[in-house]
Amino acid sequence: MTGAWNRRQTRRRFVAMGAGMAAAGLAGGRLGTMSAAELRRAQAAFDWKRYDGESINVLLSLSPRSDLLTQYQSEFEELTGITVNADVVPEQQQRQKQTIEFSSGNPSFDVTAVSWHVQKSLFGRGRFLSDLREMRDDPTMTAPDYDVADFAPAAITFATHADGRLDTLPYNIDYWILYWNKELFDQKGVAFPQTLQETLAAAEALHDPGNGVFGFAARGLKNANVPVWTSFMQGWGVSSIDDQNQMHTTEPAAIEAATLYRDLLANYGPPGVVGFNWNECQTTFSQGTAAMWFDGIGFATPLEDPASSRVAGKVGYGLQPAGPVSRHSGSFGDGIGVSAGSDKQGPAYFYAQWATNKRNQARVLAAGAGAPARTSAYSDPEALAALKVPREWVDTLVASGEIGLPSLPAIVPVTEFRDTFGIALTNMITGADPAQELESATEQFRPVLEQSLQT
Amino acid sequence: MSTPAAAAVGGAIRARRRAGSSYRRRDKYLRFVLPALVVIGAVIVFPWVFTVFMSLHDWQVASPRVWVGLDNYANLAGDARFRAAVVRTFVYTLFAVALPVLFGVLAALMFHQEFPLRGFFRGVFILPMIATPVAISLVWAMMFHPQLGVLNFLLSRVGLPPSLWVYAPDTVIPSLVLVETWQWTPLVMLIVLGGLAAMPTEPLESARIDGAGGWRMFWDITLPLTLPFIMVAVVLRTIDALKAFDTIYAITQGGPGTASETVNIYLYLQAFNFFQIGRASAVVVVFFAVILACSFGMLYLRQRARWA
Repeated sequence: MTGAWNRRQTRRRFVAMGAGMAAAGLAGGRLGTMSAAELRRAQAAFDWKRYDGESINVLLSLSPRSDLLTQYQSEFEELTGITVNADVVPEQQQRQKQTIEFSSGNPSFDVTAVSWHVQKSLFGRGRFLSDLREMRDDPTMTAPDYDVADFAPAAITFATHADGRLDTLPYNIDYWILYWNKELFDQKGVAFPQTLQETLAAAEALHDPGNGVFGFAARGLKNANVPVWTSFMQGWGVSSIDDQNQMHTTEPAAIEAATLYRDLLANYGPPGVVGFNWNECQTTFSQGTAAMWFDGIGFATPLEDPASSRVAGKVGYGLQPAGPVSRHSGSFGDGIGVSAGSDKQGPAYFYAQWATNKRNQARVLAAGAGAPARTSAYSDPEALAALKVPREWVDTLVASGEIGLPSLPAIVPVTEFRDTFGIALTNMITGADPAQELESATEQFRPVLEQSLQT
Repeated sequence: MSTPAAAAVGGAIRARRRAGSSYRRRDKYLRFVLPALVVIGAVIVFPWVFTVFMSLHDWQVASPRVWVGLDNYANLAGDARFRAAVVRTFVYTLFAVALPVLFGVLAALMFHQEFPLRGFFRGVFILPMIATPVAISLVWAMMFHPQLGVLNFLLSRVGLPPSLWVYAPDTVIPSLVLVETWQWTPLVMLIVLGGLAAMPTEPLESARIDGAGGWRMFWDITLPLTLPFIMVAVVLRTIDALKAFDTIYAITQGGPGTASETVNIYLYLQAFNFFQIGRASAVVVVFFAVILACSFGMLYLRQRARWA
């Protein structure tokens, strides 16, 4: 199952997405001003009020994107007459709540946000979410302006299971980029690195711990750190576990990527980086004490906020540097799905449909809250005009779309994969040998993977 | 007059009546006891039986349940990470009990003396105990930050080199013990202070008349008389430290690597990150047995430390 799914996660698909983003020219609606009555008039033939008076429970994870959905929730309620009880909890707790409640067979929520890179395989195996294709193709259930074709093909592929089921509507794709402090680069006369080797050299040149400046910041905390390594590995043209579920974690490419990870963090990382998650990295970079930071694309808003960031206006947003073989951007994604156990399938689907419509996707871009899965958002003049972050960020986002590849393997025990290899990476920062650590982690994880494939 | 046979029959009838009324009484009692039995069965017995049942299966979310007998227990015994977590739990517990007890006893002796504003300072001293563990853990996490935390700033003010605190494998356990000591020393202080207040004064007065010094009086009179209270504090702290989770999870999540991964963190990972329900249940059963053994050991010591 995962193999077939993975086979479709090709570079071509993601290139298509990026090209789609660049080429799409669909007109955007007014982001915050169109009333529900205006919306209804615009779609007079479609009955948004067919579930008037019903209520649904929505479970979202804490993020700027969820903030937008809750901020504009009244728009949906006015449009449909459906009352929304939205529960927004931190990501990790949300994932636990979803899995536990889904496995109980009686989830308390009707709609929920799903991280494809962590939950898709598990939820797919458990059939926890409804197949949305029937409702999507039903003109009485899907508004005429929903425009399914507007979704980037890669996003649809990311959301679709090997057997063709579509149990989430695409919402966000997160690309990994290299944030760089332009002021520090200018002071040292260093150019933005285009390759991973140049990144190492730049980190060395910029590293000045005596003056409180560290060359490179990235996640060192176990589990959280694995996407750094797997994204580096893509530069060698290798994925950690391929579509045939073969592990490549002890091959030279994996070892070289891990060695690079160790060298960057152990030699040029801030003290204590071994315990850093994205939030510590963000704090370090925003205080001007890290010259570069490699992480997801969704941090532009806090970095450009002068109230909390000392580097506002000085941040560069660069593509993930190329490896010796190829250049990719590690990618992750989220969708919105309907609980299979919910007895409010229709109202829940209406919410998922509204959350992923063009206006909400344009709002995500305008707020710098993430990378919309719809191509129209990137050419929405109003969204671009309302941008709260530099245009360079959007350009990098679009360019990342052209080279994006899923960074984590599409396997059920992906959390155990991250935990096992995360510990190995942490050990490397504190002095362990990369080859030995990867060998040991692979030996530990292989039985877990094999067991997951049997069940 | 009654014959022996008639007497025997009469005795049997009386006995039956007594038994009947005893059954009736028992029935009446049962009506009162039954709700409690049902509650105990539902909230204690059933979860335990079910946990043991789960521990005998390979049970993962979204997968069929498979009977594996004692395999989960055997796997735990062979899991170096679990064994390391057990050792780490005991090391952490040792220091997280010893230091609060030591400082708590000293604080109790101090607050047992008369001095101005004693009540106010006692109130201030117990504040850490009142605070929510997760909230104070998040504050400590900020204070531990190597570059931006206040602790390294304070070290620099007194000319000491910065520390990596919870951001290095070597210093993470001592740093977590520091938080635990800060938070729970007041509890020990309160318990021992109660013991000091309840202590008879005659032995101390006699010793003072006999010319005993302060240290001698503490060692031979105060300490033995407060020992039962100290043992209560030790028992409570040990049980609490063995099951410590919130502080560790909020500050380090068991990291860096597995440097602060105690059994509780390991259990949490298995149950709620990996969703290996069977394996996690086996950890619960093993750890419950360990805590039970420790508790009995502590209670035995406490019994021995009672006043004669």
